[in-house]
Amino acid sequence: MSLQARLQARRGPSSLDLELRIAGGETLVLVGPNGSGKSTLVDALAGLLPITSGRVEIAGTLVEGEGVRLPPPERGVALMPQGLALFPHMSAVDNVAYGLRARGHGEAEARAKALEWLARLEIAEVAERSPSRLSGGQAQRVALARAVITEPSLLLLDEPLSALDVSSRRSARRLLHRTLRSLPGAKLVITHDARDLAALGDRVAVLEGGRIVREGSRAECLADPGTGYLLAMLCEQGLYSSGEQEPLS
Amino acid sequence: MLILGLLAVAGLVAPLCGLLLQLDPGAFVHQLGRSEVVSALGLSLAVSTIAVLIALVLGLPLAYLLARVDLPGKGLLRGLVALPMVLPPVVGGLALLVTFGRRGIFGGILGGLGIELPFTTGGAIVAVTFVCAPFLILSLEAGLLAIDPRLEAAAATLGAGRLRVLRTITLPLLRPALASGIALAWARALGEFGATITFAGNLAGETRTMPLAIYTALQVDPPAAIALGILLLALALVALVLLRGRLAVTPLGAGAGEGR
Repeated sequence: MSLQARLQARRGPSSLDLELRIAGGETLVLVGPNGSGKSTLVDALAGLLPITSGRVEIAGTLVEGEGVRLPPPERGVALMPQGLALFPHMSAVDNVAYGLRARGHGEAEARAKALEWLARLEIAEVAERSPSRLSGGQAQRVALARAVITEPSLLLLDEPLSALDVSSRRSARRLLHRTLRSLPGAKLVITHDARDLAALGDRVAVLEGGRIVREGSRAECLADPGTGYLLAMLCEQGLYSSGEQEPLS
Repeated sequence: MLILGLLAVAGLVAPLCGLLLQLDPGAFVHQLGRSEVVSALGLSLAVSTIAVLIALVLGLPLAYLLARVDLPGKGLLRGLVALPMVLPPVVGGLALLVTFGRRGIFGGILGGLGIELPFTTGGAIVAVTFVCAPFLILSLEAGLLAIDPRLEAAAATLGAGRLRVLRTITLPLLRPALASGIALAWARALGEFGATITFAGNLAGETRTMPLAIYTALQVDPPAAIALGILLLALALVALVLLRGRLAVTPLGAGAGEGR
């Protein structure tokens, strides 16, 4: 259930050239300035954007490269896109059940499992609601349930908490942490918030200009950011203070 | 601002009121019973409905190409699709005639296949389709462009193949655009005159649709023309109100109405 990727890709002005490994069960938090290619990477891994060269292996299966290119449904990935992208014409429970229905499960079984996930994420009461009638926090949980219900080998979360206000962010982060820990697949989380990084990441990678400029365990990166971007990000949340100097103060 | 706005409303409504003021209810009912009227009305409904169906079958894939596929010269293609909207219908009819007419470019081929279009009901359908299809196609394209591509991307990563994405995400979200496109195209089809009379002629029971029947009646029996005109006006209104109101709101229900 791991990810191994070495790829070049290009979309508009941003081009990627990087190598990435995420072990099964591991959560990698990817940070980087706007335009560094984070969403491009997510789309390339999901199969929504063809890579120009390299190879991507998910759970031991070559999904792209060497003449192979599996479409998104056959990769064992699930994407929780920026802005959540809940299907506006389906109820919350139908949103969550979508992935199981698409993979051929019967309606009753898919619904039952979807309700189970909604209960696990503590929002069973919104099952029949349309997405337009969900609060930001509820919508975020529905989107999370929809992505994880298929037990993907690679889970891609593109700024999963960015739509939330401060009050719901903390509890949502705790729930997200618990959920991620329970999943056996590889998980990639994109964020701009150092608190997400500190709470969710087993490992951290910093993407700048399409390249990974820093990579390490969470502890390593918290102790020694190594890049100006990560340093500034940590300082903003008071997560970094070196004895030698007061950064950016 | 207000005065000019009111002036615009008056300019649009006054002729319609004028038409209605000429209405003699007794004569109107009498007109409705005449066989020529029944035939013209039936023909109009049949021709316009078939034309819209053809436009839908051919237009939906074209709208999809325009909205979703990177084609070279797409701007030109879109311009060509929109051309019948701005082209005088009589020119459209003329173009059809020199292309599919008996001595037209493809006339021989069609004739060889035993298909004759000019001055037949089939020709009327072709002419009406030519004129009304752009309304449907451009409406569908706009509807497709308005769908957030991330919805389809999310569905694809959740395991849905292209057909399933189309069936469960794209088409349901396209319904409002589909409804308004159908309403516009059908109303336009119902009123089509120039291309039809040029390409298909004015043959009672075969190509004499309502607008042609009005034109014909106006030469000999103006009150009959007025009654027919009011009937067509009512029909077009019903098309707009019913199709737009119903199809656009009901099927998507709460989800789409409130969603965006």
